Amino acid sequence: MPAERDPDPKLSEYSHPERLVTTAWLAEHLDDPGLVVAESDEDVLLYDTGHIPGAVKIDWHADLNDPVARDYVDPQAFADLMSAKGISRDTTIVFYGDNFNWWAAYALWVCSLFGHADVRLLDGGRQKWIEEGRPLTTEVPPRPRAQYPVVPRDDATIRAFKEDVLAHIGNGPLVDVRSPGEFNGELTHMPDYPQEGALRAGHVPTAANVPWRRAANEDGTFRSLAELQAIYRDEIGITDGDDIVTYCRIGERSSHTWFVLTHLLGLEKVRNYDGSWCEWGNAVRVPIERPGHPVRPA
Amino acid sequence: MIPAPLQEIVDDFGASPREMRLQMLLDYSRGLPELPERYRDRAGLEQVQECQTPFFLAVEIDDGQRVHLFFDAPPEAPTTRGYAGILAEGLEGATPTEILETPPDFYVTMGLAELISPLRLRGMGAILARIKRRVVELGGAG
Repeated sequence: MPAERDPDPKLSEYSHPERLVTTAWLAEHLDDPGLVVAESDEDVLLYDTGHIPGAVKIDWHADLNDPVARDYVDPQAFADLMSAKGISRDTTIVFYGDNFNWWAAYALWVCSLFGHADVRLLDGGRQKWIEEGRPLTTEVPPRPRAQYPVVPRDDATIRAFKEDVLAHIGNGPLVDVRSPGEFNGELTHMPDYPQEGALRAGHVPTAANVPWRRAANEDGTFRSLAELQAIYRDEIGITDGDDIVTYCRIGERSSHTWFVLTHLLGLEKVRNYDGSWCEWGNAVRVPIERPGHPVRPA
Repeated sequence: MIPAPLQEIVDDFGASPREMRLQMLLDYSRGLPELPERYRDRAGLEQVQECQTPFFLAVEIDDGQRVHLFFDAPPEAPTTRGYAGILAEGLEGATPTEILETPPDFYVTMGLAELISPLRLRGMGAILARIKRRVVELGGAG
């Protein structure tokens, strides 16, 4: 049975307030029987140094990605993972993590590919929970194994592939959520991050640059509905009914923006291009736009 | 060639089951020695820009031509701390030549690639590269 909704007034503004919970609400609901808290971090050791009591760890790299192909786990592996974490098909999963919930949003998005109904984010993530002095533990909860069904992965509705993006150019908004330096082709990687192996720099033609960080407050929470509308609707002109694709470097930062557009602004057709710049910047003869150059190939 | 103490760590990781390896890295993270008093305010420490988390190191070569390494990384970056812990234990007291001859990919047989994304794993090589550069700058090559 899904958990109840967090009635917090800030969340109520959003199109889908049931997709977020506040730290205060979560602290009161850690023992809800139908709720599992899952931590997904950039730093894969962080969970083991201390996590929200009762939380399980879902590792974006080792658990959600296929070990061989560049793809997500298949339906059987996903069912095994969920079962091992004590998650049933009707469980409410509350994701949180480090780094402004990038990987929490990514894990939530992957669960959505498999149609898991009740997935939520902790507004403010790990950072806010810790800043408020809330408890952490290193104890790994003994969760009884669940029986998660083997369900198909839907790669069409909220996921975009390179071919989809090619066909999308000129037909709908593309939102590049990377830093301006990456967008403008001055960098092929994030500032302060190691080079990640993109051979070409720039962006997909027609993409608008809205760095993911603009959707977040300093404390890691999401900006208010009015602020988000000013950015995505007023500034780059997204309107209801638009077919939208988001991308970044490997799809984690764009999961954050995908969450904002889908669940906070209520846009109904938003796909995340998880191949992102690591694929596009290496692909042969896909068009690239870079300031000061005409789009190539023409 | 990999200095013997570092080789031992590499072999330990390689021989351990998958579930153990993250735990071992966590142990190195926890075991990273604290900075000595003279580096406490981070004066004289160099920031490694290739790491996405704040990461600082200092390299000293003593009169006996032995290298001493000092690291600082915050507790919220345990993976980076773990790398530092491994290098602190594996390279402490090595000669400049031993450090410069350590292969940049010394960690590939540790079996971490299936646990840690390539991006994060490369941090280990970045730290080693920075140590080598400092050794050269301190005149340790000749």
